[in-house]
Amino acid sequence: MIIFRLAWQSLLNRRLTAILTILSIALSVVLLLGVEKVRVGARSSFINTISGTDLIVGARAGDVQLLLYSVFRIGNATNNISVETLDDIKRQKEVEWMVPISLGDSHRGFRVMGTSKDYFTRYKYRRNIPLGFDGGVAFDDLFDAVIGSDVAEELGYAVGDSISVAHGTGNVSFGASHADKPFLISGILESTGTPVDRTVHISLEAIEAIHVGWQSGTAPRGDNIVSADLVRKMNLAPKVVTAAYIGLKSKIGIFSLQRFINNYREEPVTAILPGVAFAQLWAIIGNAEMALIVISTMVVFTAFLGMIISILGSLNERRREMAILRAIGARPLQIFSLFVAEAAALAICGVVVGVAILYAVLGLTWTWIEKATGLYLQFEAPAQQEITYLLIIIFGGIVAGIIPALRAYRMSVSDGLTVRS
Amino acid sequence: MSAIQQDSVETNLSEPAVLLENISFSWGAHAGSFSLRLDRFELAKGESVLLTGPSGSGKSTLLGMICGTLVPDSGNISVLGQPFSTLSGSARDRFRADHFGIIFQMFNLLPYLSILDNVLIPLHFSKKRKLQAGDLAQARQTEARRILTGLGLEQIDQQKTSDLSVGQQQRVAAARAFIGAPEIIIADEPTSSLDEGRQADFMELLFAEKIRTEASLLMVSHDLRLADRFDRVINLEDICHIGKVGQTS
Repeated sequence: MIIFRLAWQSLLNRRLTAILTILSIALSVVLLLGVEKVRVGARSSFINTISGTDLIVGARAGDVQLLLYSVFRIGNATNNISVETLDDIKRQKEVEWMVPISLGDSHRGFRVMGTSKDYFTRYKYRRNIPLGFDGGVAFDDLFDAVIGSDVAEELGYAVGDSISVAHGTGNVSFGASHADKPFLISGILESTGTPVDRTVHISLEAIEAIHVGWQSGTAPRGDNIVSADLVRKMNLAPKVVTAAYIGLKSKIGIFSLQRFINNYREEPVTAILPGVAFAQLWAIIGNAEMALIVISTMVVFTAFLGMIISILGSLNERRREMAILRAIGARPLQIFSLFVAEAAALAICGVVVGVAILYAVLGLTWTWIEKATGLYLQFEAPAQQEITYLLIIIFGGIVAGIIPALRAYRMSVSDGLTVRS
Repeated sequence: MSAIQQDSVETNLSEPAVLLENISFSWGAHAGSFSLRLDRFELAKGESVLLTGPSGSGKSTLLGMICGTLVPDSGNISVLGQPFSTLSGSARDRFRADHFGIIFQMFNLLPYLSILDNVLIPLHFSKKRKLQAGDLAQARQTEARRILTGLGLEQIDQQKTSDLSVGQQQRVAAARAFIGAPEIIIADEPTSSLDEGRQADFMELLFAEKIRTEASLLMVSHDLRLADRFDRVINLEDICHIGKVGQTS
C-alpha cells in the first residue's frame, strides 16, 4: 500500500511531466475511442440510410449498383423498369406498399427525383424515423418541388422560390434545360444525414411533363415545344420508372417475393434486400475502418513510448530517492513495483481524463455533428468493446512501465545505499 | 523473516550488534579490480564507534556489507547474532528495515513527503518498529513529534520538507533513524554539511536519542574533533586492506 502512496506522491511532486504524460495518453485515448465512436456511428448511419423498406426493385443489375443509384443517387440505372411490371409485382399478396422513383435529371448539381407522394411517409431512415418538413408541405401541384435540407441551405432556397430543372445529371447542362417549365418549391425537408438532403423531389407526372417532346433525347424544337399550360391537359401517367421501394406486410414474404421478381419473365428486373446490399458495400469501403484503428493504436503506442521516456529520464535524478528507500528497508522488488505503480497511475489517469474529454466534447457537439455531417454518434456509456479497449490501454501502460521499472530495479541493486554516478 | 528468527535475535544478548570476520570483497572478479580484506570488526551492543579514514579506504563497502546491500565473497557477517550469509537479499532488506536506522551525509529526505511522513516512513517497511513506535497511528505520530521535538524541531506542520535547512534535514533524518527504536544506528558523515555550531548541536541530540533507545551507533566521519563522545575510534586503514584483485598485499 505504501508503494502506491509513494508512487502517487512522487508523481504529484513531478506534476508538470506527469500532467503532460497523462495528457498525451488521454489524447490518444480520445483518438482511439473517438475513432471507434465515429466508426460505429458511420457504419450505423450508413446502414440505416434507408429503413422500413424491405426490397428495392430495379432493372437487372448488381446488388451494389442498384443500391448505389436507387438510394445514394450515385451512378445511373442501366435501364428503366416498366410500370406494367411494377403493377404485376404490386399485385403480389406480400406487398403492402410500393413507391416508384424516377431519376435522370438534376438541378445545379443536385439530383432530381420523381416519386409519388407516398415517398414522404414511406421513406424512413436510421431507426425508422420518417421524413419531416422543415417548412412547407409535400408537392401537390404538377410543378411543385420538395427539396432536401442541403439543397435549401447551399442554394439559399426558401418555400415559394422558383427553380428550373436541367436535363441530365451533369453539374452544368449545356443548353439542355427544362427552364420552360419552372417549379415552385412547396416544401423543404428536415436534415436527415442521408442522400435525401441532396435531392430535389418532384412528382412522377412532373418528370413526364418536362420530358414531353424529348423522346428523341434532345430538346424539342418548333412544333414539338409544348407549353407548361398545355402539358397539364395531357395524360402524364408514367410508363417507365427507374426503381421502386417496396414494403411488405410481413418480413416472412421477403424471399419469396424476391424470388418472384428475380425470376420475372416479361422484363429483366432485380430485387435487393437493402440490408444485404449495404453489408456488401460496407465490406468494400469498410477497409478504411481498419486503417483508422491501426493509426489510433499507433498513437496509443506513441503515448506510452513518451511515458517510458519520461520515466526513464527521471531515473537518474531519482537514484537518491531509491537509495533512501533501500536504506529504510525497501526491497529492490518494491522499487520495481514503485515504478510499475507509477506507470499504472499515469495510464489510469490518462484513460480517465481521455474518457472525460471525449464525453465532454461529444456531449457538446454530437447534435451539431449530426446536423452538419449526418453522422449519428451515440452519446451513451462506453460499449463493451470500448471498455475492453480501455482495459487493454491500462494493461499496456502497466506493461510499458516494466521497462523503466526493470532499470530502476537493477540500479537499486547495484547502488544499494550509495549513489554512484 | 519468521517469528522464531526474530526471537532468537532478541534473546542473544551476549552477541555483538555487528560482527565481521575474515571478510574479502571485490568489485568485479577480473584482475585489477578493487578488492577489500578485513580480518575483524565488531560493534558491541549499546556501543558507539567512530570510523575514520580517508576516502577510498573502503568505507562505503563496509557500510554496505553491514547494512546487507553488499555481500562479501567470503567471510562471516553477523548482525544481532543473525548470520547475514544465510539470508536472502530480500530477507536482509527486511532485517535492515527492522533493526537499522540510517542517516546519510545529505539529501536524506523524500521531498514529496511531509516532514512527519518522512519520519514515519520506515514504519511502513517494518512491522516490528511500527509496533515499537505505537499501536495506533495517532500514537506513532505523537512519538514522531516527540523525537522531532527532542531534536529541536517543533513547528513542523507549517514547513515543507523542501523548505528545511540542511541542519534541519539532518535532524529529521535522525528522527527517522530512531523511530521505532532500531538496535543499530548507522550515520555516514551526518555532520559534514553542517557548520561547527550546528555540528555540536546535532551530535548532542544524536547521543541523547542513542542513549534513550540504547542503540548501538556506528558513525563515519573524517572529523576527529568528534572523537571524545565515542566509546571507540577506529581508523579504517588499520583494519581494512585495500588492494587489487590478483595482488597479494
